[in-house]
Amino acid sequence: MNDLRDLYQEIILDHNRNPRNFRKIEGATVTLEGHNPLCGDRYTIYLLLDDDIVKDISFTGAGCAISKASASVMTAMLKGKTRAEAEALFQQFHEVATGHAPIGNAQLESLGKLGVFAGVREFPMRVKCATLAWHTMHNGLEGKHEGATTE
Amino acid sequence: MLTAELAPLDVETLRQDFPILGRVVRGKPLVYLDNAATTQKPQQVIDAISRYYSETNSNVHRGVHYLSEQATLQYEGARRRVAKFLNAESAHEIIFTRGTTEAINLVAASFGRKFLREGDEVILTEMEHHSNIVPWQMACDASGATLRVVPINDEGELLMDQFRQMLNPRTKLVAAVHLSNALGTINPAAEIIELAHAAGARVLIDGAQAVSHLPVDVRALDADFYVFSGHKIFGPTGIGVLYGKTELLESMPPYQGGGDMIRSVSFQRTTYNDIPYKFEAGTPHIAGAIGLAAALDYVEGVGLERIAAWEHELLEYGTELLQNIPGLRLIGTARQKSSVLSFVLESAHPHDIGTIIDSQGVAIRTGHHCAEPVMHRFGVPATARASVAFYNTRQELEVLASAIHNVNQLFS
Repeated sequence: MNDLRDLYQEIILDHNRNPRNFRKIEGATVTLEGHNPLCGDRYTIYLLLDDDIVKDISFTGAGCAISKASASVMTAMLKGKTRAEAEALFQQFHEVATGHAPIGNAQLESLGKLGVFAGVREFPMRVKCATLAWHTMHNGLEGKHEGATTE
Repeated sequence: MLTAELAPLDVETLRQDFPILGRVVRGKPLVYLDNAATTQKPQQVIDAISRYYSETNSNVHRGVHYLSEQATLQYEGARRRVAKFLNAESAHEIIFTRGTTEAINLVAASFGRKFLREGDEVILTEMEHHSNIVPWQMACDASGATLRVVPINDEGELLMDQFRQMLNPRTKLVAAVHLSNALGTINPAAEIIELAHAAGARVLIDGAQAVSHLPVDVRALDADFYVFSGHKIFGPTGIGVLYGKTELLESMPPYQGGGDMIRSVSFQRTTYNDIPYKFEAGTPHIAGAIGLAAALDYVEGVGLERIAAWEHELLEYGTELLQNIPGLRLIGTARQKSSVLSFVLESAHPHDIGTIIDSQGVAIRTGHHCAEPVMHRFGVPATARASVAFYNTRQELEVLASAIHNVNQLFS
């Protein structure tokens, strides 16, 4: 069960049970849907941008614990960040979830909540669950109108 | 329904025929419960394929040399083997395809081109696999025919009254699954065929799941078309079967053009071969057909009635175990049911269930099972599905149940 506990850490279970910013934003600057056809995960990401600042960010939809917790943690982290900071966090998250370079304990600590998603590396079939909301947000900031799809 | 004088299966001995069932995965003995996706292969099938490539490999039908003659004999022997398995009247009613999907596409394209016109109707059921939906949507798009869908009830059973009302003189074809991969429902195939025939329609039965779980007799059913895949009945992937009545197959145009399906070719005029060759363009999957024949020998050696009796016991035991798990809801509770335990949990998404129980060595499938309309009908994005074969044991179902309890614990 060790690997499994790495995947389903307490933070992930908590965000799955009580997702943060799980709501619509009326008058959102960007509304984009992300879909994983493989497992049916489907989320809508709402971004309220004020010039360069992510003034508010939220999500709705349904999916597995990994995808929901990932979306929840993402919204909590990005609120108040600049576009550049959001983009940097996206890159950092991507490296955590999909990278091959080993992550040391000190680095894990510095990653904060992003670090809990390092567990998905051991579960290749679940990487797309973790990255769905982030890709959707990324596409939204890039001004793409098509939602993300992980297939 | 099942007679008591049938000798019970010696499951432990039969399991020895399947090398993969002895594997350890994730540090645990493999509990393989994804048989609706694909079945494991007995040594007899593996050996038949290996023997073909080691001793007989050659192209069929056109060679005059010894190996080609032997390969042709074995390939055509496999066709007769399938005909006997389905109780077809003649071996030329058996067309080898890549699988169920290609068999349905063949019928939808060829029958569709010949018989479907604007204003005609094709009837499907709400519990079809995508492979028995999309080819008919394409055939209807091409011909201007209309697709109609027989709904199902909350147990996952066809609403036969609605089917009766839907049938009319414009109905040209009914396509229905024999045993649902997502729900386990066994449909009343004989009754569907009788009603459709009374309305003047032809019927295709998708037997992809059925053939490894219940005896099938296409003449007793009076099926016009019956299709299945080799890999779901302990045979290789890449080989499947289309059974069609002689008169129908003869009246239908070829599906693909190429070698073997012709009698003569010139730039002015090409004449087509007789059935079944008219529908088998190109070099076929010879080893696949031979492997499939070995699989059918194996299954009939075990006995489909004994298999059905054992699997019924497994299904009842598995249902009881799963129903005792808090927050578990079974999707598909038809009275006539086989081999499939599809479910959702209140505590966890199917995808999470799949990952967590995989860590216990238990292989199940999670997702929409290529039957999205079924998921919509039951209001779930996906289900977790355990599906048994005759080589599964009561103890394996206990491992499954205990693994699901662990999911509940983790997510509590």
